Amino acid sequence: MRIALTRSSAAGLGLRWLWITPIVLLAALIAGTAIGETPIPVDTILKVLANQLLGADYAVDRIDAGIIWNYRLSRAVVAACCGTSLALAGVVLQALLRNPLADPYLMGISAGASTGAVAVAVAGLGAGALSLSLGAFVGALLAFGIVVMLAHAANSGVGGGRGVQAAGAIILAGIAGSQLFNALTAFIITKSASAEQARGIMFWLMGNLSGVRWADVTLAVPAALFGLLVCLWHRRSLDAFTFGADSAASMGIAVRPVRGMLIISMALVTAVMVSIVGAIGFVGLVIPHAMRFIVGSQHTRLVPATALAGAVFLIGSDILSRILVSGQVLPIGVITSLIGAPAFALILVRGKRH
Amino acid sequence: MQLSAEQLTWAVHGTPLLVDVNLTVASGQTFGLVGPNGSGKTSLLRLLAGLNKPKAGQVLIGNQPLHTLKQRAIAQSIALVEQQAETTDRITVREVVALGRTPFLSALQPWSDQNEAIVTQALLDVDMQHMANRLWHTLSGGERQRVHIGRALAQQPKVLLLDEPTNHLDIRHQLSILKLVKQLPITVIISLHDLNHAMECDHIGVMDGGRLVDAGPPKGVLTAFRLRQTFGVYADIFTDPVDNSQVMRFRSAL
Repeated sequence: MRIALTRSSAAGLGLRWLWITPIVLLAALIAGTAIGETPIPVDTILKVLANQLLGADYAVDRIDAGIIWNYRLSRAVVAACCGTSLALAGVVLQALLRNPLADPYLMGISAGASTGAVAVAVAGLGAGALSLSLGAFVGALLAFGIVVMLAHAANSGVGGGRGVQAAGAIILAGIAGSQLFNALTAFIITKSASAEQARGIMFWLMGNLSGVRWADVTLAVPAALFGLLVCLWHRRSLDAFTFGADSAASMGIAVRPVRGMLIISMALVTAVMVSIVGAIGFVGLVIPHAMRFIVGSQHTRLVPATALAGAVFLIGSDILSRILVSGQVLPIGVITSLIGAPAFALILVRGKRH
Repeated sequence: MQLSAEQLTWAVHGTPLLVDVNLTVASGQTFGLVGPNGSGKTSLLRLLAGLNKPKAGQVLIGNQPLHTLKQRAIAQSIALVEQQAETTDRITVREVVALGRTPFLSALQPWSDQNEAIVTQALLDVDMQHMANRLWHTLSGGERQRVHIGRALAQQPKVLLLDEPTNHLDIRHQLSILKLVKQLPITVIISLHDLNHAMECDHIGVMDGGRLVDAGPPKGVLTAFRLRQTFGVYADIFTDPVDNSQVMRFRSAL
């Protein structure tokens, strides 16, 4: 995922560290494939990869090959894509809205996805013709659309069109839209779900990589790459928002189209990820902040660093969710918060000392 | 480059903030904008910078109407220093000034040595080069203001708009910023509260209730009558024997 980048003006941390990103990502993917209830040696993984990708003909145990290729590798790749996308969406929303609490689900996406999923799985919308993922995806986009319309109406209501007001309107509209869809979800569950269904939905909402197969990879990888490219392309525009939307405009950024395009792109990518694995929390909120502490807030460095950290963090969380309790897979959202919160506290404290 | 406003009108929620403002600032001129609180100085500067579209009338840069230009093209000619622009980001002084190069960079263009040199010069101009690696949140209000001006200078604008840039500065830096601004070979429009500082400008415009009520050379504009009428103060005007400049002494509010 390495992209040739320009040198930043800032002294201090340059961009020379970028060459390690593909290596770290590869190492994380291999770790995600090797570690599990049945540990698999790295050389076996490499042989399977060579067989599958390069058409080699190494002798590998059939069951091992199946676990590696069909189960763990696809899962690790989707985890990486999901981590990258959510973390980048967090970077973009925090930068554009000038709000440290902004996260990928701010725009009603997770709330809409859960309503969509519940509508399909519990209320039986589509009479079995729709998949849970598709329901979630449609729900996410629907909620996002409503939030955008609400934000637009609120913004023209307050008038002035100043960037600060626009950001405030987006955040308020997001909260209102999320509440609406959460209430719809709760309504559908209480109306028609059995206890078993409700538990399944809860599990799905906290994030679940168990059902991931290669078909999901072909969706997740392009979406994540698209998100990454959009962020890299607009890294200077994102920097220009440092002092708010007006300041960005005075430095030549066409605020409305650029902000609209970035938010819609991130919403789409987030909706894809949520529809595959559910609403994994914490990554999109905290990885960007952690990376700002480490590499600074210039997006030429922040975007690649966040993309990598998000991927590695989610692969790591997935590994932990599989091995922490033997015989049981914990929801990955539980792990991201349990591990992430103390880790973030540590970064905050260390950052303060510097 | 000449900047002019033709019959500019601007309102928010039906409240008129600017009414029929006509203004021409000649190329290379330093134009001081004065007026009491809420007289429309900031609104006028925002319209001149292309941040808001006028309800009626137009802004011309050279002979070109501003509304026909893209935001990026405007930013390549006009730089604005806002009154209050804050951030919580961990960003260094040098990085802030480097933001000024944004209108000249595209996504695929690398950061060049020329950009680096322009940023260094801008830091020198505002006397901040010794703090280039300091983080934004460690700076005082006055230092932040100087960095913002440095950022605007890094835009290498043909027109520089400054909204009360001397507000938080100590007297030494107030004077040095004014001197710097006056020396710049570009067109400058600067809103000021200190009327004695405004006397240093080539021309002055007086805003009152959203209207530009007078404009011209300082001595002809800032008269005892004007100070009473627009600013609501009794003032005496002296001639300083040292350099024959005109000095105002404010006695009391009306």
